[in-house]
Amino acid sequence: MTDLVPVLIDGIIYASYLFIIAVGLTLIYGVMKILNMAHGSLYALGAYVTATLVGAWFSHGLNPYGSFALPLLAAILVGLVAGPIIERGLLRFMYGNDEIVLILVTYALLLILEDLIKLVWGVESYSAYQPYGLLGTFEVAGLPYTKYDAILVGVAVSVGVALTWGLARTRQGKLLLAVIHDREVSAAMGINVQRVYLVTFTIGTILAALAGALIAPKVSVVPAMGVEVIVLAFAVVVIGGLGSLPGAALGALIVGLVGSAAVHYLPQVELFSIYLVMALVLIFRPKGLFSAAEARKI
Amino acid sequence: MNTKLPRQLGFWSATILVLASAFGAVSAAAQENPVKIGAVTFLSGAAAGPFGVPARNGAEIIVEAMNAGQLPAPYTAKGLGGAPVQLAFTDEAGGTTKQVNEYRNLVQRDNVDMVIGYISSGDCLAVAPLADELKKLTVFFDCGTPRIFEDASYKYLFRTGATATMDSVAAALYVTELKPSLKKYAGINQNYSWGQDSWNDFEAAMKVLKPGVEAATSQMPKLLAGQYGAEISTLLTSHADVVHTSFWGGDAEALILQGAPRGLFQKSTVVMTAGEPTLVRLGSQVPDGTVIGARGPFDVFAPDTELNRWFRKAYEDRYGVVPSYPAYKMAQAILGVKSAWEKAQAANDGKRPSEDQVIAAFEHLSFEGPGGKVEMALGKGHQAMQGTAYGIAKNAGGKITMVNVKTYPATKVTPPDGVKSDEWIKSGFKAGK
Repeated sequence: MTDLVPVLIDGIIYASYLFIIAVGLTLIYGVMKILNMAHGSLYALGAYVTATLVGAWFSHGLNPYGSFALPLLAAILVGLVAGPIIERGLLRFMYGNDEIVLILVTYALLLILEDLIKLVWGVESYSAYQPYGLLGTFEVAGLPYTKYDAILVGVAVSVGVALTWGLARTRQGKLLLAVIHDREVSAAMGINVQRVYLVTFTIGTILAALAGALIAPKVSVVPAMGVEVIVLAFAVVVIGGLGSLPGAALGALIVGLVGSAAVHYLPQVELFSIYLVMALVLIFRPKGLFSAAEARKI
Repeated sequence: MNTKLPRQLGFWSATILVLASAFGAVSAAAQENPVKIGAVTFLSGAAAGPFGVPARNGAEIIVEAMNAGQLPAPYTAKGLGGAPVQLAFTDEAGGTTKQVNEYRNLVQRDNVDMVIGYISSGDCLAVAPLADELKKLTVFFDCGTPRIFEDASYKYLFRTGATATMDSVAAALYVTELKPSLKKYAGINQNYSWGQDSWNDFEAAMKVLKPGVEAATSQMPKLLAGQYGAEISTLLTSHADVVHTSFWGGDAEALILQGAPRGLFQKSTVVMTAGEPTLVRLGSQVPDGTVIGARGPFDVFAPDTELNRWFRKAYEDRYGVVPSYPAYKMAQAILGVKSAWEKAQAANDGKRPSEDQVIAAFEHLSFEGPGGKVEMALGKGHQAMQGTAYGIAKNAGGKITMVNVKTYPATKVTPPDGVKSDEWIKSGFKAGK
């Protein structure tokens, strides 16, 4: 039983990180029907901006605890700049095209952003390690965990609660649900669909950047980090069901826990285990665990 | 008559002068016909920062100084036997299929005189047969797989860096000498050929050196996974005395950043076989007591020679950081080519040598690099043998120094010519001295 505790904790920490990445991806798909391949690059942008801000913060000798605000600042900065530029400058000209075309467009965007990152930050690695160990550790079942990881779990829960509440209880959320349900009818009812798209893509971008920003203090910020993460994020949303918020949460938990259990008990199959789960879900629930029933169209 | 002679003399003098200067120009042009080298290294992707860019920088430093005749002895001659060197860089990123095409482009389209490059073992395995197929002198400077010359032999291919077998065998020797009573060891390596081969060699060497001591766990996360929370928990619960890792680049840095606050480096002695570039990158963030390797006698383990002092100063002055081992290994490869070229030129009465003459001179060559002496003693004279070293990182007032440094001669950590690495380790290093 004591062996199970580290499995659960490691799994939950990893799931929190996966959820923050995947929820932005699934939100954009749910509203706009765009499988955004560039999500990984926006994640990387969040990490690079955070590394730059944290580096500047500590080189100026500012209060170390103030650095905890920097990931959020970086995420908002990236989201508010990159989100509208991409949506207004590129994606709006593509609406109405087949989903495959949009995948290709966002893949092209991923390549452009990867090169843009190299142009600005070069190919050297960056680190923003200071906040990670700043709060120290706590022990569970004899194992030390950093308090930063506990904050990561808290942020993931907060994001999930805020989005659920925002969608269900606010006017903007209800407008968004209407667009998800039927774009044309929503437009006919007077909803400004273009604005809903802009807001949704910006929020999705903020969430992608937030995931990168929060992970920056734990990792080395390197080129291609965004390409690596997008595959995992896809696995999470496919398991949960594309466009589903609870699906993203459940998918992240499943991938996190299965991955953690594999590492602890059978490390040889860690990578395989995640895709095995995905394959099993796709066999029995081809549209994911939380896919909504669809009326057959003739 | 008196007036005619000076006019004729003037005419012939001028003619001789014109002809002499024309001949001189032709002769100088022939002498200075440049040698074009295709240099292949990672310029993008995750391996660019820790390996590819330092290697490119090392090449630039050496070639510029070489062309200006500013290298220390014994490399004082300009260029390659007087011929200036031109570098044509190619990005190694993109996978083996792309690299095969890029190699063909360098040889068949760009008409390079030779190719020096390759960090990834996968790329080396893919490119190796092409060297003989296209009959082009090719020098691998960094990739570690021993399979290149253990499974085949080549005429046009050379490797001036030692194989990866040396890294794992020396690591096992070092930790068993450091911790003679160790009970358990564990590993965390990237799940691809480099990580798997490194762990297999280390585990096999440990079985020979410490029979009966078993590996507590072997973690194999995906390359560039970035997050190792569960792996670190598993390593902590394994209570291993020693943790072996061949992590490099961002993965190595992430392991330190995540493992150090959780006490992994205090609880176990972590040996990082390719840790030296991480030392350069993270500096004082590298925990006290970490065992560091540099895949040869490079950087902190390099000998105090005039060539090494010059190389370090030139590199630091230009790039603001110390050269890490990829820079050393690239410099070593270029200096190996220079030694072979000039040896062949001397044997060719000072005339520019043919490719075959350079190859003949390169075989079984012994030359000096900034990391010390290199002997092309394996693979029928095409594969380098070089010793290595390990040491422990110690943080002294924010500056990392290496303590308890131990050097291992090449013959102790490398199988003799004609013996495969895995068989040599399993036999208990029997042919080693």
